[in-house]
Amino acid sequence: MTPVTPPGAGARRLLIGLAVALTLVFIAAPLVYIFVRAFAGGWQVYAANIMHPATLHAIWLTTITALIVVPLNVGFGIAAAWAVAKHRFPGRGILVTIIEIPFSISPIIAGICYLLLYGRQGLLGPWLQANDLQVMFALPGIVLVTMFVTAPFVAREVLPLMQAQGSEQEQAAVTLGANGWQIFRRVTLPNIRWALLYGAVLCTARAVGEFGGVSVVSGNIRGQTNTLPLHVELLFNDLNAVGAFAAASTLTLIAVVALLLKAALEGRRAA
Amino acid sequence: MTAAATTQAGPIRAKRVLPGFTLSLGTTLLYLTLIVLIPVLALILKGAEIGPQRFWAIVTSPRAVAAFQITLIAAGIATVFNAIYGLLMAWVLVRYEFRGKRILDALMDMPFALPTAVAGLSLTALFSANGWFGSVLHPAGIPVVYTIWGIALAMAFTSVPFVVRTVQPVLEDMDPALEQAAVTLGARPWTIFSRVVFPAILPAWLAGCTTAFARSLGEFGAIVFIAGNLPFQTEIAALLAFIRLEEFDYNGAAAIALVLLGFALVLLVLSNLLQNWAARHREAAP
Repeated sequence: MTPVTPPGAGARRLLIGLAVALTLVFIAAPLVYIFVRAFAGGWQVYAANIMHPATLHAIWLTTITALIVVPLNVGFGIAAAWAVAKHRFPGRGILVTIIEIPFSISPIIAGICYLLLYGRQGLLGPWLQANDLQVMFALPGIVLVTMFVTAPFVAREVLPLMQAQGSEQEQAAVTLGANGWQIFRRVTLPNIRWALLYGAVLCTARAVGEFGGVSVVSGNIRGQTNTLPLHVELLFNDLNAVGAFAAASTLTLIAVVALLLKAALEGRRAA
Repeated sequence: MTAAATTQAGPIRAKRVLPGFTLSLGTTLLYLTLIVLIPVLALILKGAEIGPQRFWAIVTSPRAVAAFQITLIAAGIATVFNAIYGLLMAWVLVRYEFRGKRILDALMDMPFALPTAVAGLSLTALFSANGWFGSVLHPAGIPVVYTIWGIALAMAFTSVPFVVRTVQPVLEDMDPALEQAAVTLGARPWTIFSRVVFPAILPAWLAGCTTAFARSLGEFGAIVFIAGNLPFQTEIAALLAFIRLEEFDYNGAAAIALVLLGFALVLLVLSNLLQNWAARHREAAP
């Protein structure tokens, strides 16, 4: 028998070369360029930009937002995955689609939705004003919009895994007399922990970087409702390019760390 | 228990044995209602309040029509680019082994992890007259920044992972026996790709492209930097809605947002249908 020549031995080289070249230009270059520009003025200029009170405030506000949003979305993700993956009920397919809605809706639209609900002319506006509650142009609004935008991240990572694993182990635990909380903690959680962490990492990265939705509801008040991504735009519009890139570099670092964590977690999941 | 009951209600009963159904479903529904459904309902109610005639007048005003056109065309360009580039990346990452492959794979997630505003800032600087790429393209008479190409570029950057990550698993799952059979029958690589591989990944590829298109229509952060935001030239729909808000023209903002919401929901349903088709396709495959 004549051995079959591997198909496309020449095409292989061409395709890999093309893929690498395009990715370098299209994805790697913007990434590298952020740091090149951030450090264009040297370390001291960089440090001065980062340590500027307005930048520090933006970092603080972004951190607080992520600290509130991520745990809530982790809870929601687990609940949604448990309900959908371990049970059968009418409307299950619709529920899965609704969970995905925030992914397909523009964050700008999300922001507008919230404004029309909680804003001064919004549905709840008069009631909120009568009770002296400020939601829009304040931390609650920023948190709510970020929750909307990042809601599906954990659910989407955990759900397919739970579905693939089935529920034999949990049912065995039930027959052995375990209660719900015990089953979840001892059986389900160990099975999904890496996917859960991975979803939380993605959710954090997105929560930290949210721009469109937050820019609608924050009101862009300097030193008060300016999150880090908004601060990048503010500095850019002030023609402080080095400052904008310095602020952007901190966000980029978070993204890079998130991807490294992701790679590590995927290794764990595969193992 | 009768046989009928076992087959009919059996699986349902078996699933219901697990506790926490009411709690988990209740939590999910409450969260979705508060965070997603009520705010979206607020937008729809606001849209109803405007009335059909005013709504129509707002969304067919020349500036709005121009913004929708620019958004759709740029998203179309971005999606065509990503359809090809994303397919190439999925193919290369699944089928070939080479040095640096893991880095390449990790870079495919960059657009999701990197804040869109940061991506927009970087792309704008790269392609502006004194940036790395702009300094080459500008003298050649190819301006990218402040043109529709810049908008498409920003859209393509933020949405490419959707195509790669939907095609990749399908390619991984494909049975190599089919291709080997085609090879032994003397088929050329291109024939194998177009007749064996491509039909198998088509549903997933289309689903990925649909999601990428939907994401492009709504993208904002990356675009506001690079577009220049000139009405009738480089103003996207999301930005026009944002501008209307800043002018306190809530009706104008709500009407444009509703049109974008309509697009998003239609594309979400389409993408789900395609994904179901893809799932059936994979089950049906030997």
